[in-house]
Amino acid sequence: MAYTESEILEGLAEIVSEETGLPADSVQLDKSFTDDLDIDSLSMMTIVTLAEEKFSVRIPDDEVKNLATVGDAVSFIAGAQA
Amino acid sequence: MSKHIDVVVTGLGATTPLGGDVPSTWAAALAGESGARTLDNDWAAKYEMPVTFAATIKVKPEEVMARPEIKRMDPSAQYAVIAAREAWADAGSPELEPERLGVVVSSGIGGIWTTLDAWDTLREKGARRVLPMTVPMLMPNSPSAYVELELGARAGAHALVSACASGAEAIGYGLEMIRSGRADVVVCGGTEATIHPMPISAFAASRTLSLRNDDPQGASRPYDTGRDGFVIGEGAGIVVLESAEHAAARGARVYARLAGQGLSADGYHLTSPEPEGRGQIAAMRAALVDAGLGPTDVRHVNAHATSTVVGDLVEARSVRATLGDAADGVALSATKSMTGHLLGGAGALESIFTILALHDRKAPPTINVSDPDPELVLDLVRDTPRELPEGDVAAINNSFGFGGHNVALLFTTS
Repeated sequence: MAYTESEILEGLAEIVSEETGLPADSVQLDKSFTDDLDIDSLSMMTIVTLAEEKFSVRIPDDEVKNLATVGDAVSFIAGAQA
Repeated sequence: MSKHIDVVVTGLGATTPLGGDVPSTWAAALAGESGARTLDNDWAAKYEMPVTFAATIKVKPEEVMARPEIKRMDPSAQYAVIAAREAWADAGSPELEPERLGVVVSSGIGGIWTTLDAWDTLREKGARRVLPMTVPMLMPNSPSAYVELELGARAGAHALVSACASGAEAIGYGLEMIRSGRADVVVCGGTEATIHPMPISAFAASRTLSLRNDDPQGASRPYDTGRDGFVIGEGAGIVVLESAEHAAARGARVYARLAGQGLSADGYHLTSPEPEGRGQIAAMRAALVDAGLGPTDVRHVNAHATSTVVGDLVEARSVRATLGDAADGVALSATKSMTGHLLGGAGALESIFTILALHDRKAPPTINVSDPDPELVLDLVRDTPRELPEGDVAAINNSFGFGGHNVALLFTTS
């Protein structure tokens, strides 16, 4: 069963919140992972690993650099669902 | 020749089976409490564990740390950071150039929870599920690195490993960092978090753990004829060492002086102490020489004494051989009777006990000694604390590790 974009945002916000301690409702589509959420590369890879498991998708390393905002990640995950 | 630099202790921090900080831990130790308890989990049933109890940490990190921090640290690093925060605040959060601040935090085993969790993940879910923080969390220098980052220390951050002598060796290395002029202040100590079924099984397999499952609080009984092995414990102890000059300049409270250290190796056996105690004696003698003191100055020894059949008596005889007749004037304490054995954290926690014994002039008790071993040749402090004499007094904290590592730290009243 595919996740809707709002379900993906909710799930991703949970993961980011666990990793960073930021409130889940601060994780919004227009937020930049680095500039707004202050997530370093190691944390980003942790989030990617956890998101892959949660949404049963593959996020290739080459793709991670294109995921500048939360919205980019949500779109990618939505598109990558089988 | 460089000038001699005196080193003092200005801050203490700990999280232990007796309490979440130094004051609660010390109060419980003076009251003769045991931190051992039956494990509240399914390991015994699931794995047929031969040992079903341990001296688990009293205050869980979840109670004092934010969740994202916890997720980024192995428990061994969590304990070290909790203890380091207390020690640093206790020292009055000294202000100094980061280049003059050092860190030495050791663990005997390293991030074994992280290692084994990642292995479980790999086997159950495959390589892509192994988290990227795994390596920085499992590496044995991780606790040292986290304390270094926390304080922004730049004089160097080290992690000496010598099994159950690691925590003491870290403090000894801190002493050398200050004496050699590399640092004015060093935050140092040890930590361990190995209450996991694998290491418990492994220690039990080596026949070193007490099997007294029906009486956890009575299981750690150094020097008692009924002793049958050590009780595995967890936690961390951290001290702030400072050059006496630096401490005086900022008006810091001084607990005690770290006057000397002695190091040696047995060169004998991987796990058994050399029966004549040559290496232990050499370490204690070296500490006395380093401090410029003699046997009669020593009035208290915090023994390594883990409650094993062989080890306790070898150490007692070594203390006697080192101090000669002056050993009669020594109040001997075996605090693992209360805390269990913190492995890489032990030498640091017991240094804290030694420092506080000098500061408060009170040797902590040894509990569970209902029938002292007739071969014990020293004056053991049992059940209640013992007053230490007024005036200048020295105390030795011994720590010995698998591999034949011997460390004696010698503290004096300030």
